[in-house]
Amino acid sequence: MTTTIYVPRDSSALSLGANQVATAIMHEAAARNIPVNIVRNGSRGMFWLEPLVEVVTDAGRVAYGQVTEDDIDSLFTAGFLEGEDHALRLGLTEELSWLRNQERLTFARVGITDPVSLQDYLDHDGYKGLHQALTLAGSDIVQQVTDSGLRGRGGAAFPTGIKWKTVLEAKAEQKYIVCNADEGDSGTYSDRMIMEGDPFVLIEGMTIAGIAVGATQGYIYVRSEYPHSIETLNLAIKTAYASGYLGRGILGSKHDFYLEVRRAAGAYVCGEETALLESLEGKRGLVRFKPPLPAISGLFGKPTVINNVISLATVPIIMDKGSVYYRDYGMGRSRGTLPIQLAGNIKHGGLVEKAFGVTLRELLYDYGGGSASGRPIKAVQVGGPLGAYLPESQFDTPLDYEEFGKLWAVLGHGGIVAFDDTVDMAHMARYAFEFCAIESCGKCTPCRIGSTRGVEVMDKIIAGTEQAQSIALVKDLSDTMLNGSLCALGGMTPYPVLSALNHFPEDFGLVKKEHAA
Amino acid sequence: MHDQQARIKSHIESHQHMASPLLPLLHAIQDDLGYIPEESYSNIAKALNLSVAEVHGVVTFYHHFRTHPPGKHVLQVCRAESCQAMGSEALETHVKSSLGIDFHQTTSDGAITLEPVYCLGNCACSPAIMLDDQVYGRVSSKQVDRLLADAKEAV
Repeated sequence: MTTTIYVPRDSSALSLGANQVATAIMHEAAARNIPVNIVRNGSRGMFWLEPLVEVVTDAGRVAYGQVTEDDIDSLFTAGFLEGEDHALRLGLTEELSWLRNQERLTFARVGITDPVSLQDYLDHDGYKGLHQALTLAGSDIVQQVTDSGLRGRGGAAFPTGIKWKTVLEAKAEQKYIVCNADEGDSGTYSDRMIMEGDPFVLIEGMTIAGIAVGATQGYIYVRSEYPHSIETLNLAIKTAYASGYLGRGILGSKHDFYLEVRRAAGAYVCGEETALLESLEGKRGLVRFKPPLPAISGLFGKPTVINNVISLATVPIIMDKGSVYYRDYGMGRSRGTLPIQLAGNIKHGGLVEKAFGVTLRELLYDYGGGSASGRPIKAVQVGGPLGAYLPESQFDTPLDYEEFGKLWAVLGHGGIVAFDDTVDMAHMARYAFEFCAIESCGKCTPCRIGSTRGVEVMDKIIAGTEQAQSIALVKDLSDTMLNGSLCALGGMTPYPVLSALNHFPEDFGLVKKEHAA
Repeated sequence: MHDQQARIKSHIESHQHMASPLLPLLHAIQDDLGYIPEESYSNIAKALNLSVAEVHGVVTFYHHFRTHPPGKHVLQVCRAESCQAMGSEALETHVKSSLGIDFHQTTSDGAITLEPVYCLGNCACSPAIMLDDQVYGRVSSKQVDRLLADAKEAV
C-alpha cells in the first residue's frame, strides 16, 4: 500500500528546508523500497513547527514537526509511515489545540489539500460558491456579500458589498476585477499563504466578483518578493482555464472571465489601490487623487473592483454557506473572521483565523506562547508598518475595527509583530519615518518631505539634543502628514511614531507621560 | 553585446501586443539579463509608443529594477519590523562588515550584491534573507556566512 506524506510547498516551509526534507523522504523510501506518495500542501500555519511533515494513517493525519533532512532515517526506522512514536511526533494534526480552537473559514483548506489539484479543491467544497453564484442575478450576489458584513481585509475595512454595488451600477462596456496581492506590510503573510496554499479559492472569488458586477477581465497584482505565489497561481489558473472555470462561457454559462497574474516590482506604495492601478497600467506607482473612486473610474479609466486577496478569497464560502453563516461570527460591526498573523519576537508564530472579538492577550500568550526570547513583551505593532504600537496595558483589547479605532490604532491586514523589552521605541519611531521616506511615491509634499524631516528630527531626539523643541516638531510634523497626505503611507506614518511617543515616553528621553494625539 | 540586443528585441516583440506591457517587459528583460540596460530604453519606448523619459521614469521608480549588472549572486536582507524584533540589525551589520560593502553595493570580486528588502512575507520565521531566488528563515550570522561561502565557491 502506498503511504501519502504531506510536505508543505509554502515559502516559509521552504525557507526552513522543506524541499530538502521532501527529497530526503523520497530517497529514503526508494532505498527501503517503500512506495510513498508525497503531496506538497500549503502550510497549516504553525510556522514554528515547520517543516511540518504529515503522514496519512487510518487514525488520521499524524504530524511531525521541525523535521530536517537528518531526521528522515530515524523517522523511517521509528515507523513514522504508520504514525509511530518519535521525538518529533506531535500527534494527530486535527487534534493540535492551536488548530482545533480556530475558526477557519477563509483558510478552510489551506494546509489540508494539494493547492494545485483542482480535484482536491472540488473534493473539499471548492467551487460550490461559484455554482451558487451562477444561479443568481448579479445584484443578488452583491446583496449576499453586503449582508455578510464582509469588510476589506487589506486594511481599510470598507464594506466589500458597497464597493461591488457601485461597480455593478456603473455603466461601461468593460469593467475589471483587480486583486491587490501586494502584501508589503511587515508581519503579514496571509495573502501569501492563500496564494500558495489554496489558489483556487482566490480564482473562484474573483470569478464570482466578475459575474456579480459584469466584469470579464481580472488581474492579480502580486509582489515580486513572492515568486512561489506567482508560480502556484499560474499553475492553478492554467488548470482552471483547461477545465472551463475560466475563459469563455464559464461552466457553460453566458459569463466570461479571463484572469492574469501581474508581477509587481518592489514598491510598497503600490499596495495603495490607486498606485496599484497606475502600476498595472505600466506607469510609475503614483497615488491618484480621489474622487473619482476606482469603482467609477479605475483600471484604464473603467469601473473596477479592487479588493485584497483575503476579501476575495472569503467570497466563495459566503456564497456557499450564505451571508448569515458568515455574519454570525464576529462582534459589533466587525463580522466574520480575521486571519491573524503572529510575527516578530513570538514563540509560536503563525496564522490564527478567529472570529473578531479575540483579544490581543489571547493571541500573544495562548496562541503565541509569549516572546521567542523569553523576555517580557513590551510592545506590539498591529496592522503593518503604518499601524500603532500598543503597550501591555492595551493587550485586553478585542480585535475589532471600532475598538482599535477608539485606541487610535488599526487592525490593518491583521499582522501582529511582537517586540520584547530590549526594543527602543524611539528607534522604531525613527524607522517608521525612514520607511516612509524610502517608499514615498513623492506625489504629495507632506509624505515626501515630511518623512525625511521626521528622520532628521528623530536623530536629534535620539542624540539628546534640543529635546523639547524636537518633540514639539515631531508632533507638528505628524499633524501635517496626518491631515495633508494624499494616501495612507504619509497619512498613517504618524500612527507608529506618535503611539511610540505616547506610550513609551521614557525611550524618547522624557520622564513624564505626554499625550501627542 | 549584439546577442544582448537581439534578446531584448525578442522580449519586446513577445510583449508589445499585451495590455499595458511595460512592467511585464521590464521583468522579462531583467530576468534574462540581470538588469535593464539604459541603451534599451529607446527601443522599448518606440515599440510601446512611449517617450524615453516615461520608460526611464518607470525603471527608476521601482526598487526591483536595476540598470547595471548585479554581482553573480544577490543577497537581500530584510529590514522590516518583524525581522528587527528578531535581531536583523545585528545580522545586517555582520553581513556588511564581512562582505566589506554597504547596501546597493557589489563585492569587488563581483560575487555578491547586497540589497535591503522590506518584508519577504516570512515574518513568523524572522529574521529572513533571500539569496538569489531562495528565501531563508530564522537565519543566524553563522548560517549567512555558510551560505555566502557556498555561493562564492559556486561562482
